[in-house]
Amino acid sequence: MNIINQYPKTFQWIFLILVFFGLCFAIDVPENYKFIRAQAEHSKVAGQTEFNFIGITVRYIEYNFLWRIPPLLGWLPIWVNDSMFFLLNDWLPMEFWDPDVEKYKTRPLILQITRVISGSILFLIEFIREILIGGIKTIVAITSWDWIDENPWAELPGIPWTIVTAGTVILSYKLSGKGLAIFSLIAMVYISIFGQWEPSMQTLSFILVAAPVSFILGLSLGIMAYKSKTVEKALYPLLLVMQTMPQYAVLVPAMVLFGIGDHSAAIITIVVATPPMILLTLLGLRGISPEVIEAGKMSGCNDFQLMFKVLIPTARRDILIGVNQVIMVCLSMAVIAAFIGAKGLGWNLLLALNRLNIGLALEAGICISLIAVLLDKMSLAWANKQTDYFGNLNFMKRRKYELFFVVTVLIGLVLTYFGSFYLKDGYNYLYEVPHNKGISTAEFWNRGVDWIWDTFFYPLKIFNTWLIQDVLQPMRAAYLRMPIVATFVLVMGAGYIIGGIRSAFVVGGLTLFIALSPWWDRALVTAYMATFGVIASSIIGITMGTLCAQNTYSSKFILAVCDIFQTFPSFVYLIPVMMLFGVTDTSVLIAVIVYATIPATRYTVEGLRSIPPALNDAGAMSGVNNLQRIFKIDFPLAFPHIMLGINQTIVFALFMVIIGAFIGTEDLGQYILKALSDLKGGGKGLILGICVAFIALIFDNLIKTYADKRKKELGYVS
Amino acid sequence: MTIENPVIKCDSVYKIFGANPEKMLENNSGNVDPKIFQEAGYIVGVNNASFEVSKGEILVVMGLSGSGKSTLLRCISRLTDATSGKIYIDGQELLALKNKELIELRRNKMGMVFQSFALLPHKTVLENIAFPLQIKGMKTTDSISKSIEMVKLVGLEGRENYFPRELSGGQQQRVGIARSLAVEPDIWFLDEPFSALDPLIRKEMQDEFLRLQSSLKKTIMFVTHDFDEALKLADRIAIMKDGIIEQLDTPANIVLSPATEYVKKFTQEVPREKVLKIESVMDQKDEGRNLSDFTVSKDAIIETVAEKILGQEKSVAVVDNDNNKVGIINPTKIIRILFGEKKSE
Repeated sequence: MNIINQYPKTFQWIFLILVFFGLCFAIDVPENYKFIRAQAEHSKVAGQTEFNFIGITVRYIEYNFLWRIPPLLGWLPIWVNDSMFFLLNDWLPMEFWDPDVEKYKTRPLILQITRVISGSILFLIEFIREILIGGIKTIVAITSWDWIDENPWAELPGIPWTIVTAGTVILSYKLSGKGLAIFSLIAMVYISIFGQWEPSMQTLSFILVAAPVSFILGLSLGIMAYKSKTVEKALYPLLLVMQTMPQYAVLVPAMVLFGIGDHSAAIITIVVATPPMILLTLLGLRGISPEVIEAGKMSGCNDFQLMFKVLIPTARRDILIGVNQVIMVCLSMAVIAAFIGAKGLGWNLLLALNRLNIGLALEAGICISLIAVLLDKMSLAWANKQTDYFGNLNFMKRRKYELFFVVTVLIGLVLTYFGSFYLKDGYNYLYEVPHNKGISTAEFWNRGVDWIWDTFFYPLKIFNTWLIQDVLQPMRAAYLRMPIVATFVLVMGAGYIIGGIRSAFVVGGLTLFIALSPWWDRALVTAYMATFGVIASSIIGITMGTLCAQNTYSSKFILAVCDIFQTFPSFVYLIPVMMLFGVTDTSVLIAVIVYATIPATRYTVEGLRSIPPALNDAGAMSGVNNLQRIFKIDFPLAFPHIMLGINQTIVFALFMVIIGAFIGTEDLGQYILKALSDLKGGGKGLILGICVAFIALIFDNLIKTYADKRKKELGYVS
Repeated sequence: MTIENPVIKCDSVYKIFGANPEKMLENNSGNVDPKIFQEAGYIVGVNNASFEVSKGEILVVMGLSGSGKSTLLRCISRLTDATSGKIYIDGQELLALKNKELIELRRNKMGMVFQSFALLPHKTVLENIAFPLQIKGMKTTDSISKSIEMVKLVGLEGRENYFPRELSGGQQQRVGIARSLAVEPDIWFLDEPFSALDPLIRKEMQDEFLRLQSSLKKTIMFVTHDFDEALKLADRIAIMKDGIIEQLDTPANIVLSPATEYVKKFTQEVPREKVLKIESVMDQKDEGRNLSDFTVSKDAIIETVAEKILGQEKSVAVVDNDNNKVGIINPTKIIRILFGEKKSE
């Protein structure tokens, strides 16, 4: 009895696990149960029961409710979809002026609104795109096709790549100095000579529209949330779900509302990129010392002056970090949004992956990654740059970068002009290297892939078979073998032990939603893949992080590596694994592991490096050796932070598992992919996305509660 | 003690933190017992504060952390609203002011200096000082020329175009002082302005503060947790504990007759000769006595004149500002103050 009182938590855990396994063994698998099938299908199969909810019939296979709960929310996706269609097509028809046919037309309100939004966003994208690579659509939008036919000279010429490159280099130099300038030069020249200029600029044009809109939206919503508790409380759950929902899932409803194309991609990017901006604005404004606010008030600021002259400038750094986040999300969306028609690098990458042309995919992937790293470094440099005093400088010195840019523009124009004479019969390479005329290494990479397959076919195949047969299949079967009651006991029990009754109900509620949806089995498969990824990533990440944290240089190095890897859009990770392992579950899992190892490593290094040096000195004076220091001092203190890293690892792993559906897995992701090609898939896609988000939120709740408690116990201010 | 036309007047001011504190105060019919309030989940910040500050006076509010001194200051500058009670600024009732009137009041009559300096990181020294002027709507050129004046006043010439991050703590606080004085306010609030500074810089800044005040003659509320600082700067000191003003009096009276045990703890270790003026220890004047030719002012601090008085063989006359004799002081008494009394206590 004494020992139980001494370690109450440990015994609670042991008891919980005993009950869990007891339930697993006590409840038999029903005879008619087939692994892997959605619980509620809308096609008729023998042995189905059906129920009716507000006119929607849901058919499902009935089991013992201890084994699987009937999908009582099966109507929800259909209902969401129907209401979306109703809003779009039938709700509140009104008269609107249609400039194309020059008369009033009756149209439902929402349809009109979405059309107007789509139209204006599309115009902006085309406009910026044509400034970058030339075209006539903007002119057409202002005038008409007839007018263009009569005036064939009227065309936006597009900026030669030399000038864009020079501008980027000068801006990089101004923001951060030589190093970044050289990097941006290499990146831009690479993009150009490899013939990726046009798709890169297409991608850039849609980022240049989506990022500013997200910034403005995020900033204003952030300010509103800062000012009003009600707004904050209303936004908070939305933000949580948006941050954990796979970006894939939002595509489907956007497709329904806005159709397919660049505008729809930009809109969905805005939806995904706004939440981090809101959070960082809020963080920045909350972080301002109250005395600065009081100083503003005592200076006689009214509310407006206080916000724009005191608060926002003071929170400048956090807000600019928000801009950085927005740009990063936009780039990662560049590939995903290609599913609904975003032109550019992402589109090329998807096409190449679809045709299994790994070489081409790799080239596009490298370009996206270069742009991502470049924009990331530039925006971070902007955030960290302090304003300098320039009142004492003369005009030439103050404006030297601008003047320098004007000079390069002139040189670029002259070069392009001469280029048009000398390179007459071919292409003007000084203006733009056409898409298929650049250097291409695709052949080389493809041959490399073939070589790898020829040489390592047997070892790879043996490894593959072993992993799938001896590790993955049994693990998947074990997950699917869990009766639903046992799952609930485990999840809610863990919630109770960690965070008390409240936490238990929160995670229980989240689980219940998934259980009532028609995709419980798919969710289990998702969970199993994520679990496998998280376990492997955590082991690798924590080990690597611990080793690197022992030394200042190696920890700086590994953090820089993490930074760069994190900026790569998630799709890029699929390319090398497909090179090595082809189209299998193994590829997905390895991509998951590589991707999810980043946060595990980063948080481990950060956690270990942030331990106060005095504690290590105290340890040294107590005579600890290295191992003792790591296990008795470092780990216990850094543990809460490392747990937050694991939390991120889970989110990353889930994202990648869902994206892995592109290669072909049998989880929720596959259904999201299916919903994408289904006209009536909008509701499905959304609910599936919410299910994935809830899986992440269950772990998020448990881990954050634990980390907060532990931090408080350790006396860190949280 | 009532003052004619006080600049600041507080009449039983309460500040209670918690949900719906007005009701709590009403339920207890104005009787605030911190224990009962704490049990109910309320924190008493200021408990029945009533005092007045006259024009040109320095009132130092002294207390340890959590004593409510900063809260009291924020009630009077209305950075927080007092829960109950009345506060008058130049006869205007502060709590009744509308938002616009309050902004006007702050733009013209109040200045405040903060413990952590609270400078705007994106503005230069000059721009920081010009900030309240520009907020008021003053033209840029006018506000800059005024700011240059203020820079000279606080002795920061040559650093006009530095950013706060490039300045030391003492220099930053000079900027804070200049900013708070730029609109030429009548009332000057200082919230532990020197607490974040090193001891040597702190002393320098205290002297600077006294120099400024000798020419500016503002009405000042100065918050500190340092009793020595309070003694050095104050015309009167209010000592606070748990939101209650334990004693409000001149430094000399507080040292000579501490009102409560709590106040006594502070005064015990204070060397009296550094605090007390001759006036507070002199004897009744006695026309018959044979006096020395040397005279001392009644306002002189004992320490500063002790050596000269001890050099005299006879008693010394004490004179007021118009050179009238108001009392005498005997060298033996000085010796007793310097060495005797403290030990015997």
